[in-house]
Amino acid sequence: MAAHGAHPPGFAHQFETVEQQREAGTLGMWTFLVTEILFFGGMFTSYIIYRSLHLHSFIQGSHELIVRYGATNTAVLIFSSLTMALAIRTAQTGKSKGQIIFWLLLTMILGATFIAIKLRFEWYRDYVEGLIPGVSWLDGGTHTPGVKMFMCFYFFMTGLHALHMVVGLGILTVLVIMTARNRFSAEYYAPLEISGLYWHFVDIVWIFLFPLLYLIGGRYPGS
Amino acid sequence: MSEHSEQSGHVGHVVPIGVYVTVFLLLMFGTALTTWVAYIDLGRWNTVAALTIAVCKMLLVVLFFMHVKYATGLTRIVILAGFFWLGIMITLSCSDELTRHWEIVPQGWQMILPFVSRVF
Repeated sequence: MAAHGAHPPGFAHQFETVEQQREAGTLGMWTFLVTEILFFGGMFTSYIIYRSLHLHSFIQGSHELIVRYGATNTAVLIFSSLTMALAIRTAQTGKSKGQIIFWLLLTMILGATFIAIKLRFEWYRDYVEGLIPGVSWLDGGTHTPGVKMFMCFYFFMTGLHALHMVVGLGILTVLVIMTARNRFSAEYYAPLEISGLYWHFVDIVWIFLFPLLYLIGGRYPGS
Repeated sequence: MSEHSEQSGHVGHVVPIGVYVTVFLLLMFGTALTTWVAYIDLGRWNTVAALTIAVCKMLLVVLFFMHVKYATGLTRIVILAGFFWLGIMITLSCSDELTRHWEIVPQGWQMILPFVSRVF
């Protein structure tokens, strides 16, 4: 470490070294993400319990969802995680800000695509077909009462996940502006790294939501 | 190509692009696999397969995209503690819910149901 002369960009004075600052940032973000794990975990726990109590209804409800869109959205989100990781790598290796912004914008486009598919092909269709409890429920007597509970879980879980996506898009917008203002370099890119953790976490939540809501119990004929 | 340089320059570990692309392809493969398996009748193993693939995908994202493979021990312990708490929440909630024998005790107006069904 150069004593007091060269001060690395973005280095806050309360830290001993750049590495210590970096670890503190990562650790702080993970502490927040642990609260998020338990936040979504509460919903997953209730889902597991009510699914076991109303197994038949939950499988019937699950079959109302279209696997095609769920799988497409999973792929879209995984792709957006790759572009986010590449955005951070581009900053780490000291590439031009144009390249960082390119990957960030691509991540945003993919995130927006996820929400668009969810809105247009899933939630809107659910509205038209009357699968939204309390808003639009057209039950021709074919559903057991538990299906309504399944759809409540479905909308709360996917809704809160989509809300996290919207927050993520807001964060990415700020990152694009910060990058355009030359705030990042190979020495300092902590906001990119930290926001990346958030973005990947939201991806992980969907990696579990997709099989739990669309797939488990099987989608084969007679399941 | 300096992987992680001690002198100023890179801060943190620069993951090779090849690793990111490999992880991405594995995640895509996992998505295709879990979707494909759901259409095959495996009985109760459908659920096991779906959750196992999801956990593997999560580990790939956490270790490589979220750089936990290159993180310090302190960060790893905090993350493990988070998942441990999640485990406590799920197991203890389920141990309450799934070990009781729920029996429907007719109350109030439900008492008349057997008589009603006998009449009709």
